[in-house]
Amino acid sequence: MNGFFDIPSDLDNTYFGLIGLHLREALLPVLAGLLLALPVAQLCVRFRWLYPPVLGVTTVFYAIPSLAVFVVLIDYTGQTELTVMIPLAVYSLVVLVPAIVDGVRSVPEETLAASTAMGFGPVRRYLQVQLPIAVPAILAGLRVAVSASISLVSVGALIGNQGALGNLLADAQKYGRPELAVNSVLTTAVLAILCDAALVLVRNLLTPWMPRGGTRRPKAAAVRQGRPETEKAAAR
Amino acid sequence: MNVINFVNAFFSDSAHWHGYDGIPQRLLEHVQYSLLALGLAAAIGLPAGLLTGHTGRGGNAVAFVATAARALPSFGLLVLIAVAVGIGLLPVMIPLVVLAVPPILVTTYEAVRSVDPSPVDAARGMGMHESSILFRVELPVALPLILSGLRSAAIQVVSTATIAAYVSLGGIGRYIIDGLYQRDYEKVVGGATLVALLALVTLALFWAAGRLAVSPGVRRR
Repeated sequence: MNGFFDIPSDLDNTYFGLIGLHLREALLPVLAGLLLALPVAQLCVRFRWLYPPVLGVTTVFYAIPSLAVFVVLIDYTGQTELTVMIPLAVYSLVVLVPAIVDGVRSVPEETLAASTAMGFGPVRRYLQVQLPIAVPAILAGLRVAVSASISLVSVGALIGNQGALGNLLADAQKYGRPELAVNSVLTTAVLAILCDAALVLVRNLLTPWMPRGGTRRPKAAAVRQGRPETEKAAAR
Repeated sequence: MNVINFVNAFFSDSAHWHGYDGIPQRLLEHVQYSLLALGLAAAIGLPAGLLTGHTGRGGNAVAFVATAARALPSFGLLVLIAVAVGIGLLPVMIPLVVLAVPPILVTTYEAVRSVDPSPVDAARGMGMHESSILFRVELPVALPLILSGLRSAAIQVVSTATIAAYVSLGGIGRYIIDGLYQRDYEKVVGGATLVALLALVTLALFWAAGRLAVSPGVRRR
């Protein structure tokens, strides 16, 4: 563990400072992506014909490597955190839109009819019925988006020390200290796992009606709950 | 700065079209890395997903492996392995395979597990072997979802294979990394465009595969 937690002075940060920076650079874009994805997904649910083109466009965005986006953005936003966060926000948007659309669409017709019969207006019905029922699907999408975002921040190291924990990778090569690279990868992985666990906790708190006990539910129950749609969203 | 101008300049420069650093050569390298990584990931993820999905056991293990693999940063892994074993194909393949296994594994598992139990029970009642139930009943029904998992893995691999250039291998990433160091944005934007086009071709291929391979009876939407 010789020098494992000794951060080179050129990074101007402590170990925990880097972790904080990394979390900020990874999570703010996901939040922005979520705020953007909710209205976009709602439009896609409302106007069905809109969904395939939106999916196509976002998939193409998703395929553009983050490094290329960084380089193009440098001209506008400089070598700042913002340059790293913009593509990450776009990537989370790509994961979240299908998750929300599939989640909201999986709400059974009878449930909607019942809430309408109870006198719910469209806004209240959306906020109090459709969104809560879509929570498992949305959270599945969020888990993928957060993990991807945390692991992608490191690439920012290539455009001049904007990669938070990823900067350790550059320094590992610069100073010939492989333990810094190990530290970077391990810390990033642990961060991702902890955030994932936190999201699972949030999901469990938000969906008190769901059966507990992990994935070992009988097949019949899985079909009735519309699981395929949910997981499809998670897989994208 | 105009992205369209860059794209135009990059693709109309005839120097970019032949030789060792030409677009056909780089495209070929990129496709080779992507196919190799996707093949390895499918060889790991598909059998494991089919087996756990069919038996319904090991769901927690699948979820754990997927979470752990997603948590590992591709770029960090690349640098780490490159520092440990030196540059070559291995530091590129390991992060790409780690990236592609979770979507394949999770979707295959979920797809097989969520097949309607009544045809499966009917097949079992007719005396079909467990293996024929898996391959002749569950697999055809689960195929659209399995393909969507493979598709999302393929697109991530195509996009991420650009990191190969970072450990001095070829592929489209060459344009992006070289362009970055040479402050030649034309190259960077051109490389990004090539990757996006390749992703579109991948999408189209999977769409065609779905049309060909999925039985009309189970097509949805």
